Amino acid sequence: MLRGPDFLEASPMELAALSRRRRLSLSDPELAAIRQHFKRLGRNPTEAELETLAQTWSEHCKHKTFRGTIDHVERDELGMERRRRYGDLLKETIMRATDEIRAPWCVSVFRDNAGIVSFDGRRAVAFKVETHNHPSALEPYGGAGTGLGGVIRDVLGAGLGARPIANTDVFCFAPLEQKDVPREGGALSARRVFHGVVSGVRDYGNRMGIPTVNGAVCFDEGFSQNPLVFCGTAGVLPVSAVRKEVRPGDRIVMVGGRVGRDGIHGATFSSDNLSHGIPASVVQIGNPIVQKKMMDALLQAREKGLYRAVTDCGAGGLSSAVGEMGEQSGAEVQLEDVPLKYEGLAPWEIWLSESQERMVLAVPPQNLEALKALFSAEDVLCVDIGFFRNDGRLRVLYGQETIVDLPADFLHNGAPRRHLSSSWSPLRIPAEWPRKGGRARREEDVRETLLEILSSPTVASKEWIVRQYDHEVQGRTVLKPLVGPAGRGPGDAAVMRLDWETHAGVALANGLNPRYSRWDPYWMAASAVDEAVRNLIAVGASRDHVALLDNFCGGNPNEPKVLGELVRAAQACYDIARAYGTPFISGKDSLFNRFVDKKGARKDIPTTLLISALAWMDDVRRAVTMDAKKAGDLIFIVGLTRDELGGSHYGLVKNIVAGRVPRLYPEETAPLYDALSEAMERGWVTACHDCSEGGLGVALAEMALAGELGIYADLRRAPLDGAVWDDSRTDKALFSESNGRFVVEVPPRFRRYFLSRFEGMPAACVGEVREGRKLQTVGLEGKSRAWALSDLAAAWTGGVRP
Amino acid sequence: MTVRAVVLRCAGTNCDEETAAALRRAGAEPSRVHVNRFLEGGRRLNDYDLLVIPGGFSYGDDIASGKVLANQLSHRLKDQLDEFIARRKPVIGICNGFQALLKGGFLPGRAGVSVSATLTDNDSGKFECRWTFLRTSSGKCPFVRGLPAVFPAPVAHGEGKFVPESEAGLRTLEKQGQIVFRYVNERGQSDGYPWNPNGSRGDVAGICNREGNVLGLMPHPERYFYPQQHSHWTRIRPLPEHGVGLQIFKNAVRYAAQVAS
Repeated sequence: MLRGPDFLEASPMELAALSRRRRLSLSDPELAAIRQHFKRLGRNPTEAELETLAQTWSEHCKHKTFRGTIDHVERDELGMERRRRYGDLLKETIMRATDEIRAPWCVSVFRDNAGIVSFDGRRAVAFKVETHNHPSALEPYGGAGTGLGGVIRDVLGAGLGARPIANTDVFCFAPLEQKDVPREGGALSARRVFHGVVSGVRDYGNRMGIPTVNGAVCFDEGFSQNPLVFCGTAGVLPVSAVRKEVRPGDRIVMVGGRVGRDGIHGATFSSDNLSHGIPASVVQIGNPIVQKKMMDALLQAREKGLYRAVTDCGAGGLSSAVGEMGEQSGAEVQLEDVPLKYEGLAPWEIWLSESQERMVLAVPPQNLEALKALFSAEDVLCVDIGFFRNDGRLRVLYGQETIVDLPADFLHNGAPRRHLSSSWSPLRIPAEWPRKGGRARREEDVRETLLEILSSPTVASKEWIVRQYDHEVQGRTVLKPLVGPAGRGPGDAAVMRLDWETHAGVALANGLNPRYSRWDPYWMAASAVDEAVRNLIAVGASRDHVALLDNFCGGNPNEPKVLGELVRAAQACYDIARAYGTPFISGKDSLFNRFVDKKGARKDIPTTLLISALAWMDDVRRAVTMDAKKAGDLIFIVGLTRDELGGSHYGLVKNIVAGRVPRLYPEETAPLYDALSEAMERGWVTACHDCSEGGLGVALAEMALAGELGIYADLRRAPLDGAVWDDSRTDKALFSESNGRFVVEVPPRFRRYFLSRFEGMPAACVGEVREGRKLQTVGLEGKSRAWALSDLAAAWTGGVRP
Repeated sequence: MTVRAVVLRCAGTNCDEETAAALRRAGAEPSRVHVNRFLEGGRRLNDYDLLVIPGGFSYGDDIASGKVLANQLSHRLKDQLDEFIARRKPVIGICNGFQALLKGGFLPGRAGVSVSATLTDNDSGKFECRWTFLRTSSGKCPFVRGLPAVFPAPVAHGEGKFVPESEAGLRTLEKQGQIVFRYVNERGQSDGYPWNPNGSRGDVAGICNREGNVLGLMPHPERYFYPQQHSHWTRIRPLPEHGVGLQIFKNAVRYAAQVAS
């Protein structure tokens, strides 16, 4: 029973103290709503009821911020104010784009554990990306591994279960060189977090036998106490297995692993700031082989049609899984039947534990024996722990004792809506890029600058990490993360075939650029969407078959400035998705990425949006890679280069905070992408590379390095905005990070076709692929510069020093 | 005749589906069967004509990679597997399957009679997934017929370093024609890391038993059975109809058919 003051009589302050002591992360209005509910019943809540409510209502599970009402105010440079009230931010931005686009291939969006699409009416693809930031900050190896384990279960729990075929991972870390900086308040060193996360994901993903095919790593000071770890999984299932239902009387069956005291309060702890002194018991302990066995058995049971619904046991453990499945019907669980790792767990701990590798099934009673036999044949635990009721009540028993008796309606809909306010105004950053040192000095710089950018860790080769991940298991990986003859080139997107009988497949990519947030989170988000879509276009996909996932990460949203950035980013998501016709199918947010040290000093991460994108490919044999293919082929630049150095890597390596942040003009880029997709479909393109961090300079260098061939490019012929052209700034042409650009290789015989398809659009032939192993450019002032590939390679491969 | 191939799986096996797909394309009729079915006695190895133990992390590679499965094979299925091998039926162990056959004493040959060897941690100290080249030796193994002298192949493992009991042991294996594949560069020469991805002694990538019908290799032929699995197929024109790896499965299927008839 609950210790402490009588809940019904306690003062608001006493209730708040109770919430803090038990790490419930419940707000005052939420505590009041709970008290009112129990006052009506005339009894105190039990320990287990309070815990169940706290986790069901947690930010992690309920997305209270994104679903609350928000009064948003923006002030522009001139002090003009613009106000807007969002009744439900998620519904009015991300989900609204999907509603309005009405793509017929969206099969299940924002409903299930993952978004599900189907392009051929027969096979469906489930895709989900999640974060595991708080656990990874505390215990990087376990936190990152179970993060991946969790998202794999999301896909196993999508529809009646999808067969995972690909993992993606994106990490944001502090720069590794930061090791000499004294650690504040117990945060781990950047290097320790890096190694722990990389190997945690490696050991879980490799052992699950799911190829890790795409990812990114971003190094920035802003992540020094709060790393971000995004793990994603895509899976395939028959369209006929998308629908799930729970019927009263169905047995509640738990499969997979046993329950221990690991991961108690995971959901509630990740709904609050990180601070020192958090017990490590909030982080789960993973065992990928237990999950692999469970997956093998589950997919067989799906084939045999032995269950009617499935969901994963993630945050909140059984309380969340059973609670969600029984949202309509109600449910009754006997906790004494739950197998434990060891004795001594309190009933509420069994109910809340986030012990990994478990799923919950709704099984028609007549199938129970067959299901148990199937799981036992694979040595996987499979236990009947209760049944779904028909009266909408959630009842949990431990032996004879009832420890939870709640109406499902109150549990799921009883939380008071949050009211928040948010604000945003731009920082004062000079728009003009400095002209320090006059022309001569600057020209010398361009050569050096490219090498510096190539060796900056976010741009530099990630081969050290990528090779530790099995990217070929299952034999479906048609475009691998590293491409080119020496397997050195950074591919723009992975391409996976769905089966061995047909040539259809999916391309997977991501977009992320938290550095732009400082300038404007709107353009940060717009750039992320564009980068993800662009990466897919670069391998041969087309815009009309692209589905998106969002993952918002931010600091403490109770801070209007933090929330203001999130609101602006969400608004960009709507605008760009709508303009591109690319619907969001699922998403997630991770807030409270704030670190509070012993002295109470606070630090929020930069507002970060990861966009993960999936595209259907009719024929994976037409996929295109980014490595330069053949001397004599022409090099085209597609897309307009603008004076947009704000947030660029040029600025990063030169320590310059100035310039305009890259914007996006979808009315210009959308037709451009369509033209490129068509050119690729027709086979006119032999290589194509997305132009992002480091601009044209890095894109050209990477293509040459990957193909082990030289490239000659005359920048005077590139499509340039007047502002770049006017002051003949070669550095702007090479390093501006304008969105919507590609470097494209076209054999001379297709030159005319290619050009005619791009008529009236910013696309131009600037040079050719050459035998000599060097990158050669002609600058806007007419000066020629050359880099030996060996020098470029040395800079690029030496950038990440683990 | 139909060649019945069994792809043996257990907890942690993860290359079974694509191995079955490659076998099917090679003309066999594959079934993926859990080792428990053989341990219970519901199935017998001799119900099949061809055995493949695919890659993965059997039982989590606890103790050492392939070790627990190796113990099941050498203690509980020894008679069945010995009989299978004695009948000259083909057995292929890939990656984790190779580790299991080696640690179970089925490769290079019976313990006490043959050279002993093991597969241990890569010199790099970490799991690595990369493409390299293999040079085929025209030794005892009948599954290499028609393979190019040098061909590309992918590896993905953390414990693939082949270590024989001694230098003399390595020479014995060579003399007996038991070394089937060696890691080389694209010109077919021994060239150290990364071509030899794990530091294997003698660049050994795959070996067979003295009779030649049991083959173990660390590289993954099932990851190159169709042309678009190649690491840089977008540069290869014209593309071959099949990946080179398929030839190994085709040879094994043909051999199995001969043995059975």
